[in-house]
Amino acid sequence: MMATDAIVIGGGIHGCCTALHLALRGLRTILLEKNTVGRHASGVNAGGIRQLMRHKAEVPLSIAAMDAWERLDDLLGPELAKNCEFIGGVGQIGIAETEAEMEWCHTRAAEMRSLGHEFEEVIDAKELRRLIPAIADICRGGIISRRDGHANPFRTTQSFRLRAEQLGVRFMERTRVTGLEQGDRGWTVATESGVFRADILINCAGAWAWQVAEMIGEHLPKTHFASTLMVTSRMPHFIDPVVIGIDRVLSFKQTQAGTVVIGGGVLGDPDLNNETADTVADRMVVSAQTVCEFFPILRRATIVRSWAGLEALMPDVIPVIGPSQVAHNLWHAFGFSGHGFQLGPIVGSIIADLVATGESAIPIAELSPARFSTNDMLATTRIPDRKVSQEAGRE
Amino acid sequence: MTDTPRTDCELAIVGGGPAGLAAAALAAELGVETILFDEQPTPGGQIYRNIEANSRKLDALSDILGADYAKGLALVERFRSSGAAYEPLSSIWQVTAAGKLGVSQKGRAYLTRAGRIILATGAVERPFPVPGWTLPGVMGAGAAQTLMKASGVVPDRPTVIAGSGPLTYLVAFQLMKARAPLTGVIDTSRKGLLETGLTALPVLPGFAGDLLKGLSWMAALRRARIPVFSGRNVAAEGGSRVEAVTFEGRGKRRRLPASLLLLHEGVVPNNQITASLRCRHVWDAAQMAWRPWTDEWGVTSAELVAVAGDGAGISGARAAVHGGRLAALDAACRIGRISRAERDERARPERQHLQRDARFRAFLDNTYRPNEAVRRLANETIACRCEEVTAGDLRALVAEGFTDINQLKSFSRCGMGQCQGRMCGATVARILALSLETDMESVGYYRLRLPVKPLPVAQLAELGNAERDLRPSPLGADGDPSQRV
Amino acid sequence: MFRRLRADDLTTTIYFDGRPLRCRPGDSIAAALLAAGVERFRTTPVSGTDRMPHCMIGNCFDCLVEIDGRADQQACLVPVREGSQVRSQLGTGKFDAV
Repeated sequence: MMATDAIVIGGGIHGCCTALHLALRGLRTILLEKNTVGRHASGVNAGGIRQLMRHKAEVPLSIAAMDAWERLDDLLGPELAKNCEFIGGVGQIGIAETEAEMEWCHTRAAEMRSLGHEFEEVIDAKELRRLIPAIADICRGGIISRRDGHANPFRTTQSFRLRAEQLGVRFMERTRVTGLEQGDRGWTVATESGVFRADILINCAGAWAWQVAEMIGEHLPKTHFASTLMVTSRMPHFIDPVVIGIDRVLSFKQTQAGTVVIGGGVLGDPDLNNETADTVADRMVVSAQTVCEFFPILRRATIVRSWAGLEALMPDVIPVIGPSQVAHNLWHAFGFSGHGFQLGPIVGSIIADLVATGESAIPIAELSPARFSTNDMLATTRIPDRKVSQEAGRE
Repeated sequence: MTDTPRTDCELAIVGGGPAGLAAAALAAELGVETILFDEQPTPGGQIYRNIEANSRKLDALSDILGADYAKGLALVERFRSSGAAYEPLSSIWQVTAAGKLGVSQKGRAYLTRAGRIILATGAVERPFPVPGWTLPGVMGAGAAQTLMKASGVVPDRPTVIAGSGPLTYLVAFQLMKARAPLTGVIDTSRKGLLETGLTALPVLPGFAGDLLKGLSWMAALRRARIPVFSGRNVAAEGGSRVEAVTFEGRGKRRRLPASLLLLHEGVVPNNQITASLRCRHVWDAAQMAWRPWTDEWGVTSAELVAVAGDGAGISGARAAVHGGRLAALDAACRIGRISRAERDERARPERQHLQRDARFRAFLDNTYRPNEAVRRLANETIACRCEEVTAGDLRALVAEGFTDINQLKSFSRCGMGQCQGRMCGATVARILALSLETDMESVGYYRLRLPVKPLPVAQLAELGNAERDLRPSPLGADGDPSQRV
Repeated sequence: MFRRLRADDLTTTIYFDGRPLRCRPGDSIAAALLAAGVERFRTTPVSGTDRMPHCMIGNCFDCLVEIDGRADQQACLVPVREGSQVRSQLGTGKFDAV
């Protein structure tokens, strides 16, 4: 049996970041990952770094995360930070095609201002075209967050992992948790490759986090989904900002390699048992239509690959961050519902604060798992509707 | 080719080589509504490429391609008169386990629903990465043969052939007959055909003809004074084009000036589609390749999908015909055209042929198994041609702690290019397996998803008959886009 | 680097980087270009080095050219058509406005 201070279950971006921050606070930490680090949503999402159009409950986290992205050097050191391929300041833009969408942009920006946030800004057709010369005439304008950008999700997750390892975190890959028990001497974690013991347990298991919770009798929403991305062959550089849809299914960016990554919440077919997902051509048609309408240059592009990452989906599309409702010394951080990547650098530090002090400087009350202790929220394990999946796929 | 694509059928066959043609002809003869999709403009596959046009004219090319090639015509003629529908110049970009094919043809994409599917996608030349193999002037030996069959185009600059396998000598022999300036053959196999062939002759009585054929090609090369070297660690040299081929022979590095280097190290199943279907695959250690697991009728772990011919494991053109017929009989039985008893009865002679061929195949596999010593990959050798990732790049990542082939892909971009991993998958897996001192089964393969051939965005956007209701119906009313529940 | 065994029947004309090439109906664009002495089909978007077809059966994607304004076309799989305008694909290729 291996004893340590803290065990993190799940090697996604939040697990890696949490392990890193626990280590920064001097806790001996082991991370258990049933597959390999960054295998699912963290490694295969679209890599959007977006403050734009977030749920209000996420805005404080998102702002703090943005600060962290801009200071990745401090957290990771220059080399690992560079590896993340983070490009900030190119902006993310919600594209308005209809008058109704334009109106929504104005309402949203006003509402954000009333809450004291100035970073969402309405732009007209002229500014939109200045920022994206390749955009079609049908687009009237939109809403922009100029600080936003994108990063390479797989490389970023690996960088967090490597930094955590430098700080002494032990990563156990291909190590599936099979049982949890809390006793006088803390947590006993049974895995396929041995038993571990720790005082503190963090559940960052993504689409499988509810299973971890079930092991200690805590019932949390079981919904998961697979958000589809497709990617083109390399194209000449033609766009800097990341573009998302308002009422349309769209998330769109050009990578450093020149490939264009197209998403927006098109659902794949998840296969939780085999821990994979298939993409479905029929559903990808809408995405292809939208990008061809918005960016005529895409009519000449070729799709080379598609994939879908498995991710937990909360009925209210916001994550679960906070202490377990049934056990002490257990914290949850999962359920990012397809837009958790940007929050990557901050969630771990919130969890580390909670572990150390029981409190977080960043407000997270609305994200507490307590919201599922009454049954009506929990019962909502329906398949996500179009709007939900659209929101979920914006990353 | 029809103007309005047929969007459903009882049986879809992918690939118009021996297995596909034999399967389609028999299935259609048994009354199964069959469509054969093929990427090429005319039936025959690579082995009988352009057979119809080439048969119409008897000239130097007919002599070069020989009698074995000419035999393909009967197969094509039977297919043509069988009543099976034929869709040439069709790229298949998806096959689903539910039997839905994505087809791209004449600049547009559509979906065809098939009751059953037989994949007869054949073989591809095993990628043979050597230093300099991306230079213009390095091709597969099979590629040169394709040029000959399809267009009567042959090399006219100094040419070297390097590798192992029967095709190496056949192509050399054919190029010699075509008076191509062949400056040498570098045989990289472990033992010569003569040596292994003569020892095997007593146990392979039915195949003396095949063996003699191989030996006669070698004898003809000797008579024409074309040097045949035994060599290893082949490399292409040159600035922007091939200028010379170097290799190690008799303990020293040798150099042959050449403009064209034709590489060949056998063929491997073309299993991009079964991989994308997540079918169960088996690592064939003798052939050093993955093949889809199948039952005795060619049916894969995806129930509606069968594989026939070299795509199910390399067995050659003769065996492919019989394998194709077995798959067709099973399809006709499952579709209800023939009884099980009839299926089994008709299958018997096909199986007898297959068993006979299997003995010779085992001999070939043994003789021409890629020589590990020859296949040592120098660090500077490009593994992934599309993204230009070298063996050294990949080894460095493994040294950093990556243990999974898909991690290597995500990090280095190997396998992310236009060929979708076709040219590098096995090489990357091998580098990983050797570095981790594990086997190919443990390493696995790239995760592949649609499209299995690149698909223009515009064609997907205009996919006429997609099922929109596959998307779960919206449950909630439109709300604030930032707070949708 | 290549020659034709049969010089008859060269009745189709295609254009490569503006230059007219005579070829046989039924030729793939790749075969027509190789028979006409073309060695650089494309340059890679990664290092800019020259590439020529390697496999001739649709597997390697090194024969990518632009055909009638469309990039990323596999020359070995597309038959010649009278008047086809073929360009070598440099890097990612040109993406002409539609």
